[in-house]
Parts: sequence; C-alpha cells; structure tokens
Amino acid sequence: MISNIPALHFLIVGSLMFFIGVYGFLTRKNIIAMLLSAELMINAVAFNFAILNRYVFPVHLEGYFFSLFIIAVAAADAAVAIAIIINIYRNFDTIEVEEVDDMKY
Amino acid sequence: MEQIITYILLALMLIFSVMTVTSGRILRSAVYLLTVLVATAAIYFIMQYQFLAAVQITLYAGGIVVLIIFSILLTHHIEHRMENPVFWKAMISALAALGAVAMIAWVLKDAQSIQNVAGFIPPKMEDIGMALLSYGKQGYVLPFEVISVLLLAAMIGAIAVAKPALLQFKNKNFKQDDQ
Amino acid sequence: MVSGIIGTLVLGTITVLSYFTAWQYFFTDGKVDGAYRAITGFNHVWLTLTESLHIDLGVLLDPISVMMLLVVSTISLMVHIYSLGYMKGEDGFYRYYAFLSLFTFSMLGLVVATNIFQMYIFWELVGASSYLLIGFYYKKPSAVAASKKAFIVTRFADLGFLIGILILSFFTGTFDFAALTNPSGQVLGSIAGTSFIGLSVLSWSMILIFMGGAGKSAMFPLHIWLPDAMEGPTPVSALIHAATMVVAGVYLVARMFPVYAIWAPESLAIIAFVGAFTSLFAAVIACTQTDIKRILAYSTISQIGYMMLALGVAGYGGEAGSGFTASMFHLTTHAMFKALLFLGAGSIIHAVHSNEMGDMGSLRKYMPVTAITFLIACLSISGIPPFAGFFSKDEILAAAYTSQPIYFWVEWFVAGLTAFYMFRLYFGVFWGKKTEYKHKPKEAPLSMTIPLIVLAIGAAAAGFIPFGDFVSSDGLAHEASFHWNIASLSILIALAGLALAAWLYLRESSRPEKVAAGFKGFYTAAYHKFYFDELYLFITKKIVFELISQPLAWFDRHIVDGFMNLIGRMIYRFAVAVKRFQSGQMQQYAFVFVSGVVVLALIILIWWT
Repeated sequence: MISNIPALHFLIVGSLMFFIGVYGFLTRKNIIAMLLSAELMINAVAFNFAILNRYVFPVHLEGYFFSLFIIAVAAADAAVAIAIIINIYRNFDTIEVEEVDDMKY
Repeated sequence: MEQIITYILLALMLIFSVMTVTSGRILRSAVYLLTVLVATAAIYFIMQYQFLAAVQITLYAGGIVVLIIFSILLTHHIEHRMENPVFWKAMISALAALGAVAMIAWVLKDAQSIQNVAGFIPPKMEDIGMALLSYGKQGYVLPFEVISVLLLAAMIGAIAVAKPALLQFKNKNFKQDDQ
Repeated sequence: MVSGIIGTLVLGTITVLSYFTAWQYFFTDGKVDGAYRAITGFNHVWLTLTESLHIDLGVLLDPISVMMLLVVSTISLMVHIYSLGYMKGEDGFYRYYAFLSLFTFSMLGLVVATNIFQMYIFWELVGASSYLLIGFYYKKPSAVAASKKAFIVTRFADLGFLIGILILSFFTGTFDFAALTNPSGQVLGSIAGTSFIGLSVLSWSMILIFMGGAGKSAMFPLHIWLPDAMEGPTPVSALIHAATMVVAGVYLVARMFPVYAIWAPESLAIIAFVGAFTSLFAAVIACTQTDIKRILAYSTISQIGYMMLALGVAGYGGEAGSGFTASMFHLTTHAMFKALLFLGAGSIIHAVHSNEMGDMGSLRKYMPVTAITFLIACLSISGIPPFAGFFSKDEILAAAYTSQPIYFWVEWFVAGLTAFYMFRLYFGVFWGKKTEYKHKPKEAPLSMTIPLIVLAIGAAAAGFIPFGDFVSSDGLAHEASFHWNIASLSILIALAGLALAAWLYLRESSRPEKVAAGFKGFYTAAYHKFYFDELYLFITKKIVFELISQPLAWFDRHIVDGFMNLIGRMIYRFAVAVKRFQSGQMQQYAFVFVSGVVVLALIILIWWT
C-alpha cells in the first residue's frame, strides 16, 4: 500500500513536473517540443488532482473526474495543435516558433 | 516493496521530465514524455485508480504521443538536432520557473499534515459509469456531454485546419467552372 | 422607353382622377349654402409635438387646391407625353422619368397639404427634384452650376420660410391651415398685437413666409436662379420653371391669403410692390435677350410678378377679393400658355439644335404645327382677345386699378412690353431672315405635337371659364365684372407692342440695331440682366468668401483641426512606442504571462498570510 508515503512527496513531484514543463515551454524553439512541454504540464495537473483526491477525499471522486476530463481535453487540444502545426509547416516551411511572427503589429 | 517501486517511479517521472525539455532530438523527447506518462499511469495503478490508469495509457500514452510522433515524422528529418536555447534566455526562464517552484514550496509546507484517510475503497467501474451519467449530486453528465461536443468540434476543426489545400483546390475548380 | 410609358400611364390615371375630384368638388360636394368649403379628405397625425401642435400628413380640398390639382396634373401629363418624343434615345431616359415622377408627386403633395409643415416638407422635395432635373445633364459644367445655384438660392429663401413657420407656430400653437386661415379665428388675434421693430410679429412671420415663396417663384431679388435653370431639358423647364413649381410661391401666398389680408396688410403691401417691380424688371430684360429659353424664363418671372401683384392688391371677400380670383385665374391660364411656349421652344430646339435666336428664322415653312400653336400662345400671353391671357390679365389690371392706380399703369406698360418681346421672339424665329440650315428642320413627331395642340386649345379657350364662380378669397362666388375701359386700354398697348415688334423683326432689317443704339446704356445694362449675377458674385465671392469664410476656414483648418491632429499624432506616437511589445514572439508572451502569474500569486499569498 502507498498509505505510508506522505502526500507531500507526490505533490512535490507533480509541481516540479509542472514547472519543468513551463521551463520547456519558454526555452524550446521547436513548436512540437513546446507542445510536448505543454503536455507535461497538463499531465502534472491531472496527477496532482488524482493525488489530492486519493488523500483528502477518498470517498468522493471529484479529483478523479477532473483528471479524466483533463485527459480528454488534452486529447482535443493535442489534435488541434497538431493540425495547426502541420498547417504552419506547410505555409512557412519551418516550425521554429520565432519565424512564425506574421501576426505581430 | 510498493513503497520502493513508488519512489522509483516518482524519480523516473522527474528525470524523464527534465530530459523531455532538454533533449536535443525531438523524437527522443517524445519518447521521454511517453515514459513520464506511463510512469504516471503506473502510480495510478498503485493507488488503485485502475480506470484512470487505463485511460492515461490508452488516450495519453497511446493516442496523443503517437499523434505527436506522427507529426514529428511529417515535419522533421530523423537526424534533425535542435539547437540549444540561448543561454540568457534559458537562465531567465529557469529563474521564473524556480521562483514559481519556491512559491509552491512555500504553499506546500501546509500540506505536510495531509495524511491518508482511513476507509479508502477503490472506486468500482460501475460507480464511475453511474457518476458519469447521473445528473444529481456527484453527477457528471453535463461535463461529460460538453466534453463530447468539444471532442467533436476539435476533430472537425483539426480536419478543417490541416486540410486547407483540399478546400482551396475545390474552390479553384469552382471558380474555373464559374468562368 | 418602358419607364416613360409606365410614368405616362400612371400620370394619365392621376389626371383622370384629378378631373373626377374636381367635378365632384365643384359640382356636387364642395358647395354648402353657396360657398365652397374646405374638405379634409384624409388626415394622419404624424408627429405630435404638443397638444395642439402636431405635424400631419393629409389631403385638403378647397377651390385653390383642386384648381392646382388640375393644372399640375394636366401640365405634367402633357410634359410626360411630350418627353416621350423629346427625350427619345437620350442617356438616362429612365432617370429622367424617375425624377419627373418624383417632381410631380412632390408638387401634388404640396398642393393638397393640410398644414403648413406638410407643405414645407413637400416644398423642399420639390426643390430637391428641381435640383435633380436642372442638373440632369450632369456632364455639362454649366448645368451643374445652374442646379447648384437654383438649389442654394431657393434654400436661402426657404430658410426664411422655415423661420416664418416657426415664429407663426410658436405664437399660434398650430400648423393647421384650417385653424390658421379661419377669417374669424381667435388664433391669430392674440399675436397680431405683439410687435417687433414697428411691425407685428405676425407680419414679420408672414413676410418671412413670403420670402420662401419669393425664392421659389423667382421674385426680385431672388430671381437669379430661374434663367440659369434653363440648362435643364426643355420639357422640364416647361413643367417646373414655367407652369408648376414657380407658381408654388403664389400658391403659398394664396393659401395663407386670409392671414395676409386680414391680419398682416403691411406684408401684403410688400408683396404687391415686389410683384410689380419684378414684372417690370423682368420684362425689360426679356426684351434684350437672344437665347429663346431665357426670354421665356424672364417672361415667366414677369408673369409671376403679375400674379403676386394681384394677390398684393386684393382684399378679403367680395369685390375687394377680385385680385385673388384674378391671380388664380392668371396662374391657370399662364400654366397653359407658358407650358405651350416652352414645349414649342423645345420642339424648335429639337429641330435646329440651338438655343440662339440668331440661328433661326423663317421656321414657319418647316414647322407649321409648332408655328401655329406658338402663335396662339404668344397672342394669349400678350393679352389679345379672345385668347385666355386677355381675360386673366384684364382681371388683374382691373383689380390693380380699383386698388392702387399706380400699379395699374406699371402693369399696363408691362403688358405692352410683354406683347413686344413675345412677338419679337415669334417673328425672329418663325419669320425674319432666311436662314440656311445644315440639316433641314423637320416638324416634331406626333408625341410632341399632340401636347402642343392640346395646350393650344387650353391657351385659347381657358379664358371662357367663369373662374369667379369657382375660386374666390372667401369661397363665395363672385361675378367678375368686365371693364371695357381697362380692356380697351390693354388691347391698345398690346397691339402697339405687337406692331413695334412687327416693324422691327417681321422682315430682316437694320432697325433693331438702330433702336438698340438709341438706348445704348440702358440696352447694355438690360442685356446683362442689370448686372445682378455680377453683384451677387461680388457679394458672395469678395465679401462673404474673403472676409468671413476664409478666416473661418483658416480657424477651422489650423486651430480646430490642428488640435485634433495634435491629439491624433500623440496617440500615434504612443502607439508606435507601444507596438514593440507585440513582437509576435509567442514565448515572450508566455514568459510575461508566467512571470505575471507568479507575481500576482505572490502578492495574494503575502496579503493573506
């Protein structure tokens, strides 16, 4: 059983994972790599929800369903993001985020 | 035993997260992400959230990552190496992230007291299904429906965005007919 | 072509309905106890301002509006038919008929207005459609200038009209004609006493309203637009600038006549003076012009002066009201013969392709129908019996004689001038020198000659209508007594004018030049229309533009605009500085976003703990 592991350890790992995602999102130049970082963040959030549900309200399932819906939203989000990326690649011949700045002022 | 495995899994998650955002090769990056997601699913298993773990593996690890790998193969050479981020930019980003981590750590010091509540019964598949379709208290039928509409919209949107060439082609034909 | 036929058919229907209305009104419904009453056929309250002050739209039938219905619909129908031939093949044929129908609609609406504000609305519509029609050949700069001139001059006059309406309605609290023109009305008595610079407020408002009428009717000194308005197509001149729109001013005064006659006799005196002066002034100019349409235009101004004078010398009711009847009578006959003259001129221009008298001569051989109908019209306007103009002019002269003999002598002289300039035109065009034509002039097509013939019958026979039985200032029939002494005097001077014209112009000779040389200074002044256009140009260009408008324009351009430009430029500078933030670099945005969230979260945490 995991009951003898404190919730704090899981939460620390979840938060670190989230901010590693943030770091990746800010530094990566490749749009797909940025998408990977975003997925990392989404996963971290879902993970934290599941953990808190498991430890704080084990009888109810609110956090559980939140995780479930987050995964579904992540799926939708990834599908649209990849469609956009492919379109960008087709139009700009690159997926470097710094090259794609046609919509500035 | 379970405890040791759990800690190993947590360590794997952290290590591969870092590798996901630092690896120079995009395909490897995606595979590292896959590892993170699978490790997360494993922890869900250990917590006896079997359904969630299954969804995590099929949808996340199986669906999304495969999708991403496809798009990588569509847009990159397999040998492509990404250039490293500019140093000062990486530093600033790291600083922002670390600041946020520090803040979270400060909040988490209150979470030390959270202990396992006794009387945990692993959720049964039946309960989950009923909760998803019930509209009373603890019922999730509305988000369930909304998410289905969202997925439909995302699917159509993805097709519309990714296939502009097809639409343009049709328009061209139409115009030619017109003239 | 379709548009013309539709317009003509619809107008034919309207004409038939008008005649039916007239029949019903004059012989069946209108007369109660021997007097014609006003019938409000239909009235719809449109805008309510106060309890009693509201703007309505409706139909008012009384002798003068029914009479105007007949005149307007008849002349308009004739012009519609005539234009089918005249405008054939022109660019913008459809546009032409649309404008023509718009004009007819506005004119009919003006005529049947139940209240002064409805009249004002249609008055402006008439002005707008007149503007459109004068500027019909919008590619010609002179036509554009003429349409602008007409619009601006009449707008200026309408300003007076509007102010007059506002003063009147402010003091009386009503727009309604029925209340305003009730001779025993209480409405006006209260304000007749209020005085302002020597005249009562009522008189002032009536003078201002007359100013609007003077603008539309081209009275001196607002006459300058009418001769230029001849730039429009000739049938339009016949319809608008001879028979219907220009008499709107006369109609307005006639409509408000009880108010003028009973409560504001001072303004009536002004009307009489302006009418008399205008008729003399325009007749003198008409004698010297060479453009046939301009001669007709000045003749129109002169004849409208007659009508105004007749109204001006009239009183309310009984024998004194004969001037009113005479004015309306002359309006009707004038509409007939002047429309005929213009349409005849149109048919001449159609054949010769020129407006100048110098290019014409001996046309009677080529265009017999036009020549005969034109002759009838000339005889009619000159006041030769038994044509229509004789009877109406005689009544005006009689009314002037019984009221103020000085006006009689002026108008008597003008009658002679009228005969002279009309026959100068007639002889110059149809007789006179033998002219060699490049294209042999042909008689106009049937669609043009039929209206000529119909109007010629009207111009010849309209004088026998017992007009006094139908139209009078107080609704009671009054027998116009025939004055042999006045009639013989006027016939005498008309024949004298005719004879002088014949002596000068029947055969080609050098006499006209000699006569002109005899009156050299006067002739040149009259030829240049007494320099009124130049005077107005001087006033507007040299005084208004340079001394008032240009400083204002400078102020507007440099101070007002400058201030606005300053604000705009400052915002622009700011925007240029700020737009660098929007770099299009997504990660930069994300970084700002993340740091913002962190900072905000920190603030909230510190706040709470």
